[in-house]
Amino acid sequence: MTEGTVTNQAEPVAAPATVEGGKRQRSHELNALMGLVGIALIFEILGWVFQGQSFLFNAQRLSIIILQVAVVGIIAIGVTQVIITGGIDLSSGSIVGLTAMVAMSFAQVSTYPRAVYPNLTDLPVIIPVLIGLGVGLGAGLINGALIAYTRIPPFIATLGMMVTARGAAKWYTRGQPVSFPTDSFAAIGQGMTPVFIFLAIALLFHVALKYTVYGKHTYAIGSNESAARVSGISVERHLIMVYAIAGMLASLAGIVIAARGLTAQAGMGTMYELQAIAMAVIGGVSLSGGRGSIVGTVIGAAIFGVIISGFTFLRLSAYYQEMIMGAIIVAAVVADVYRQRYRTSAR
Amino acid sequence: MANDGIVLKTEGLTKYYGGVHALEDADFTLHEGEHVAIVGDNGAGKSTFVRQITGVEQPTAGKIFFGGKEVAFNSPIDARDFGIEAVFQNLALADDLDVPSNIFLGREETYFNLGPFSFLNEKKMYKNSMEALERTGVKIPNLRNSIANMSGGQRQCVAISRAASFASKLIIMDEPTAALGVQETTQVENIIRGLKKQGIPLILVSHNLRQVFNLVDKIWVFRRGRIAGMLEADKTDGNEVVSLITGVKTGVHENASYI
Repeated sequence: MTEGTVTNQAEPVAAPATVEGGKRQRSHELNALMGLVGIALIFEILGWVFQGQSFLFNAQRLSIIILQVAVVGIIAIGVTQVIITGGIDLSSGSIVGLTAMVAMSFAQVSTYPRAVYPNLTDLPVIIPVLIGLGVGLGAGLINGALIAYTRIPPFIATLGMMVTARGAAKWYTRGQPVSFPTDSFAAIGQGMTPVFIFLAIALLFHVALKYTVYGKHTYAIGSNESAARVSGISVERHLIMVYAIAGMLASLAGIVIAARGLTAQAGMGTMYELQAIAMAVIGGVSLSGGRGSIVGTVIGAAIFGVIISGFTFLRLSAYYQEMIMGAIIVAAVVADVYRQRYRTSAR
Repeated sequence: MANDGIVLKTEGLTKYYGGVHALEDADFTLHEGEHVAIVGDNGAGKSTFVRQITGVEQPTAGKIFFGGKEVAFNSPIDARDFGIEAVFQNLALADDLDVPSNIFLGREETYFNLGPFSFLNEKKMYKNSMEALERTGVKIPNLRNSIANMSGGQRQCVAISRAASFASKLIIMDEPTAALGVQETTQVENIIRGLKKQGIPLILVSHNLRQVFNLVDKIWVFRRGRIAGMLEADKTDGNEVVSLITGVKTGVHENASYI
């Protein structure tokens, strides 16, 4: 990293500034990319040593990695924006579960005798999708309004939503799973569709964060909320919008995962919030706000996917995998803290 | 009320924070082209006064007249719309953004209006920022660096350039040199002198009496949430100002020509 070189004041005003400015930001993402390559190579070597086969050059495995990453990655895109404002969203995993249940209940086929709403079967796919997104929108609006107007910490507000939404998911069918969706609903989750959805969402919010007023204000609020306020940014409105977007993206993930599994269960999406946060932080999004990018999060998601499937590939027990996942999250945050310290001392 | 060359006037401006009377019954006048200082001890109500007239907070009671008309600023944007710009004590800059983003924060240039999703016209903001910095004589090597990587002086110069480039009617600076070194302070003072030449009125909140006497026409002294008096800089001296600040002397109000 080559940052923090404050040049002499007496120097003439530099003209081709865009080059250096871009480089500084890119370096975080470049680091993450190199990390991704490094980790993949380690698993490749371990694969040949312990399993006698290649880790990377296996089309089936790669597509599984990509698919795994895609669903949580959709959530991570929303979480990234929340973290850039200096907040956190712990409710996304529960919103996935609740959305899966609700959306699926409006997507059931008429031939299934025990549908949740026997009179509302065989509906066009747009209806369960819109209702599902509405669930996330509603939850996100509540998160955002609580944080913006009551000024309770985002951690607490979204923790409350995490528990409440999970409870609502269980209450919705008294714990019964919901199954048998229409073909058109199921199609949302089949094949590589989730990956395309993830990439489209990533591209959309990459553009929004980098090239629009929305993005500028998102970074400004995370960077210095009071500065944003006195500069005339409507901080409350913006925070509500960011949390609403994050909620809707969690819902989208819930729709995708229900469509993919052809069934919805109240426990779906458990721990996804932490995986999404981990993807963002691994990708260089700073938990103290103001810094990070969608490109970084996408790379972070890839790193996360490679590590998880790498351990599966090495036949590591699922218990170890969870423990290691926890360690990765902590390690990513520690790395973030060190980056901060470097910045502060470089000033 | 006719204009009478008065830019800003407050009548009975009062602000309570719960039971704390931070500002009481402040009658303040600022004329066209005038540079004035607000001085006073800590907790005298200087910053509170500034927050009321910039729309950051809303007064508990009292009236604010701007350009002869009564105004009520519900937010800093309202104040801005009247051409009032402020440089706040706590450096109201977003550390992780670059110079143009900070200068245009909250009023970004866009290509076409799509609400919050309007596309930024970075090129125009960059160009205008260069011009704004040049006008105020500020040299910053690389505008695309984030503010976090700049010295305190550079950061303050960016904040002042921002205010100066948008202020058409009034500029307010709250302790602009409090955290700066000697050389950087000089630079800020030169910017202020430039504003005087342009005829833009200025309210300067400062603890530094030398600076105050060097820069302004009038000195308003605040004490314990009230205006203790107004002195003309060339008809007074440091002793008189200090005695007003500390409360040894009171009641200069009656002698002042405008009140």
